[in-house]
Amino acid sequence: MTAIRSTLRFLLNDETVELSDVRPDETVLDWLRLRRSLRGTKEGCAEGDCGACTVLVGRLGGEGLVYESVNACIRFLGSLDGCHVVTVEHLRGQNGRLHPVQQAMVDFHGSQCGFCTPGFVMSLYGLWMREPWPSEAAIEKALQGNLCRCTGYDSIVKAAKAISEYGVAADSELCAERARVTEALAEMRDGSRVEIGSGKDRLIIPVSVDDLAEVLDAEPGARIVAGATDVGLWVTKFMRDIAPVVFVGHLEDLKGIEETDGVLTIGAGVTYTEARAALAARIPAFGPLIDRIGGEQVRNMGTIGGNIANGSPIGDMPPPLIALGATLTLRKGAARRTIPLETFFVAYGKQDRQAGEFVEAVQVPLPKAGAHFGVHKVTKRRDEDITATLGAFHVEVEGGRVTSARIAYGGMAATPKRASAVEGALVGQEWTVATVEAAMDEYSRDFTPLTDMRASAEYRMTVAKNLLLRFYFETTGTKKPITVSRERAA
Amino acid sequence: MTHHAPNVRAEKISGGVATDRRHDSAHKHVTGTAVYIDDMPEPAGLLHACLGLSTVPHGKVLSMDLDAVRMAPGVKLVLTGKDMPASNDISPTGRHDEPVLADGLVQFHGQPIFAVIAETREQARRACRLAKVEYEELPFITDVAQTDLRNGKMVTPPLKLERGDASSAIASAPRRISGQMRVGGQDHFYLEGQIALAVPGEDQDVTVYSSTQHPSEVQHMVAHVLGVPSHAVTVEIRRMGGGFGGKETQGNQFAAIAAVAAKKLGRAVKIRPDRDDDMTATGKRHDFLIDYEVGFDDEGRILGADFHYAARCGFSSDLSGPVTDRALFHCDNAYFYPAVKATSAPLYTNTVSNTAFRGFGGPQGMVGAERVIDEVAFALGKDPLDIRKLNFYGDGGRDVTPYHQTVEDNVLERIVGELEASSNYERRRREIAAFNANSPIVKRGIALTPVKFGISFTATFYNQAGALVHVYTDGSVHLNHGGTEMGQGLYVKVAQVVAEEFQIDIEQVKITATTTGKVPNTSATAASSGTDLNGMAAQNAARQIKDRMIDFAAEKYGVPKEQVVFLPNRVRIGNQEIAFADLVKQAYMARVQLSAAGFYKTPKIHWDRDKGQGHPFYYFAYGASCSEVSIDTLTGEYVVERTDILHETGRSLNRAIDLGQIEGGFIQGMGWLTTEELVWDEKGRLRTHAPSTYKIPLASDRPKIFNVALADWSENVEPTVHKSKAVGEPPFMLAMSVLHALSDAVASVADHRVCPRLDAPATPERVLMAVEWVRRQAGV
Repeated sequence: MTAIRSTLRFLLNDETVELSDVRPDETVLDWLRLRRSLRGTKEGCAEGDCGACTVLVGRLGGEGLVYESVNACIRFLGSLDGCHVVTVEHLRGQNGRLHPVQQAMVDFHGSQCGFCTPGFVMSLYGLWMREPWPSEAAIEKALQGNLCRCTGYDSIVKAAKAISEYGVAADSELCAERARVTEALAEMRDGSRVEIGSGKDRLIIPVSVDDLAEVLDAEPGARIVAGATDVGLWVTKFMRDIAPVVFVGHLEDLKGIEETDGVLTIGAGVTYTEARAALAARIPAFGPLIDRIGGEQVRNMGTIGGNIANGSPIGDMPPPLIALGATLTLRKGAARRTIPLETFFVAYGKQDRQAGEFVEAVQVPLPKAGAHFGVHKVTKRRDEDITATLGAFHVEVEGGRVTSARIAYGGMAATPKRASAVEGALVGQEWTVATVEAAMDEYSRDFTPLTDMRASAEYRMTVAKNLLLRFYFETTGTKKPITVSRERAA
Repeated sequence: MTHHAPNVRAEKISGGVATDRRHDSAHKHVTGTAVYIDDMPEPAGLLHACLGLSTVPHGKVLSMDLDAVRMAPGVKLVLTGKDMPASNDISPTGRHDEPVLADGLVQFHGQPIFAVIAETREQARRACRLAKVEYEELPFITDVAQTDLRNGKMVTPPLKLERGDASSAIASAPRRISGQMRVGGQDHFYLEGQIALAVPGEDQDVTVYSSTQHPSEVQHMVAHVLGVPSHAVTVEIRRMGGGFGGKETQGNQFAAIAAVAAKKLGRAVKIRPDRDDDMTATGKRHDFLIDYEVGFDDEGRILGADFHYAARCGFSSDLSGPVTDRALFHCDNAYFYPAVKATSAPLYTNTVSNTAFRGFGGPQGMVGAERVIDEVAFALGKDPLDIRKLNFYGDGGRDVTPYHQTVEDNVLERIVGELEASSNYERRRREIAAFNANSPIVKRGIALTPVKFGISFTATFYNQAGALVHVYTDGSVHLNHGGTEMGQGLYVKVAQVVAEEFQIDIEQVKITATTTGKVPNTSATAASSGTDLNGMAAQNAARQIKDRMIDFAAEKYGVPKEQVVFLPNRVRIGNQEIAFADLVKQAYMARVQLSAAGFYKTPKIHWDRDKGQGHPFYYFAYGASCSEVSIDTLTGEYVVERTDILHETGRSLNRAIDLGQIEGGFIQGMGWLTTEELVWDEKGRLRTHAPSTYKIPLASDRPKIFNVALADWSENVEPTVHKSKAVGEPPFMLAMSVLHALSDAVASVADHRVCPRLDAPATPERVLMAVEWVRRQAGV
């Protein structure tokens, strides 16, 4: 029988916090500002897009204590059990001076109105601890989730490059306190399930995946929350009632990544940030794709499993995973079933998941040697934007002829969807421009996209076709450069 | 903060004019200790308000059942338009067309129709959703293209500018082109949304903390709605988390609701709309449909031009009159039109009432001018830069604007010449052509565009300012003025001016929150005028005190006044030097008044709107930029490879602050012309009301190479504060080079034979559609 604790325990800056009055949908930001009067952390959008609310969350993982930037506005307080929450108020330099990140921002004139600034400071602090001398590309990536309307960013990027001229990252508070914090967090792990509240208005933090299975068996209608990058908005924007809530983002046994016999198995709780290295090492196209999902804060919170289970037609992971022939393992109690990922998406807002069932892992068959794989996301703004059209292509060619083609799109239908007619027009044909152009005529049989604020139907259709052409040219290497890029000349 | 000890032997004060002083609040910004209104310690018993918004774009309210709202947990009060004590009107220009809360008739989707006041913000938000409102829906238009661009319903009288006979000049010109351009609007996306906190006082008094660029107007509106004298209302703002024009008039509504509720309930009331409500219910930059016709000769010299600027104004006038006027004032940008006619149409639409936004119609006006230049260049197969230079204002009669003001301070030839050289424009244009010849999918483009922007409020009476300066007996100085701080660095610049005047370290000058109680009847901090007006007013106040100190010292020490000289942190009187603070103390003991109210009004300007003639601008600010882009012709995606900027701010008071304005203005302008797209659906709903759907630039959108320089030789020909120039708005329009570089890249797919007529915002979708259109036109 699992022990049950009825309080939430975590560290806030220098302080140990233990709370028994936590609402299941209470956000970290509201708690900081309203209940703790820590008002350095700002609300800019309450949807995880602007980064004014950025705080660092430290947690013990497989590789020890890791600090990551997150959006306090959509993160639920209940997800912080056993974590170290670091707000801008925690930062200070030596001998009463400003912290190096802060001093660099002051000296390079990196603030104007100042409202976004604490969020930038926290994102840059997270980056600086990882990379004391970051490249411009690394800075841009770390700041994808931080909007500034005043400066034009150049001063901020210059400050970010110079932080190490003001101090040594290893000397800064979070590095200096590392051992003490690690110990304190480890002590908080008492092997208990946390349950706070009663009846429907309850939050549950299971202690393991087996415990999760048990919880969901008993409470099949409970809302499963991992990174809260979507569910957070249901609360902040739509004021939807989501209780009871089961938090799963902390479960180590949902965070496995392993390769067996050419199949990469990714636990449902693996975040984008955690998945990136493993995926990009095996399938390089995933690197640039994941780098364009949300901002860094969202990638630090959002999970691969959540992106699938959520069922959105514009989730960015399902199309490439479908193109690779991924399968999905769902679990209910002790029972598991594994289905082709594409069959999980039944219709808009409807997935093949029963009450009490949860996504446990996705299995990704790695492409065969020599197979072509590509994925392209098109958005209005390059980074931190939601897909207008995303195409994923997995084509095998032998002796100049296409032997297999799996093509899937996001943003083109009510679900992530295979381009079956297009695939049919490719298989068995010679891998040539003529074949590709003929296949481009088949798109209207596969898709009838919508017009919305992100793109018109016409644009979606045109780009969807052109992405196949881009993919073809990529495989032949004949048209260079194949697209525009943020990379700078050496 | 430790006490600052001025060095009385210093050669130079710290923080005088022409120093790169950091923003006065920078250390507070980075530590999270800068206090915005939502961060202030809350008064006991504070209540929170939330707006109920209409759900149809145009309709009569048949019934409004608010019982469930009133019964909801924590709700203390529900306000409707009928509950406004004296007047349900906050029209800033007195046209009585803008209610606090719509009463009986709603005119756009998302219009506030009631307000809920509850114990917590969440309770107020939840309660709002319980309203049951029935409408009789009426026909609506959201886009000006759905109406008559010339004679449709207007929210305010249009303007006509005319010089010479444009139609006959065009008719008799060797070549003619006409066309239409669409220029999108823009949400301000200040990071701190609208907010007001009202604290009731005794009698009729109320103090409103309002995130506003125009405290005096908020004061007047609150007084008007409450039916109390202005003296009962005090409005204060220490800082905004961004304004950009979005808080020039748009704060009135929130302040009025908070004040009315606070007076009714006798408790403090705060209203902070969430981002979606803010973006839905507050005005934006006007989008325009611009009709143009131009006649020109075979070399590309414009002979006559005719512009019609039709603007989506929304349901009320707000500032649409002056905004559309300023569009016409900039239909020339930097170019001389021998004959010109320009007309505006501030059109009524069932959308939120559009408002001020950095540039105030000027950018839209100038974009029209630059389109015309492109048309001429493509018609003649010439580089648009050559056409630009050919048509610049010059001498010998080529120096009169469409509003009959003579351009007396033109420095564009020098700026453009220097930028052309420093950006290697010509060489890069050749390199780009070579690149494009070998790159079938990715195409590059380059453009160099100028900016000439008129400085002054076109409503002449706004060009006045006040300041209040106290010198305390310890030599420290309290500075207050009518300008507001929204991040632009106004406070530090004015403090620099005062420090310079007294020759004391800036650390001795305390910058204080703007409040209607200290300086009355102020103008909005807008039109780039903040430093020009308030810096002069503060200088005037400081000079009054300084003059009194000089008189006192001359008399006491028996020296001529000329021998009383303010040196860094000290004063030389005859042959002796004494610390500034010591002279202050002596003056106090001798009963010298050490406080002064300063005042300034801009000279020279006048404007007759009925005639369309005058001298509306004190001077012009100039700049130019050169951008290079790459586009993907399969998807329309693009990146800005490089931008070079040369901009002038006269003798800069603070180069660091000015560069920040230039860089930030450019990027904001780039957002307007590229990825920031406002989309209304067929039901009249704005679909882009949060950063998830409305895309302002990120760090990774800025040019890969970004060279920004101030023209160090520049100085204002007019006697402005230390010969500096305004910097708030002009750099915004430097971003036109990005739009034109995109257009240049698009044009390359047909060898520059077809003008792409790329509209704004040039989203990847518009770029791709333009590529396909150009290909079709050229048959390639």
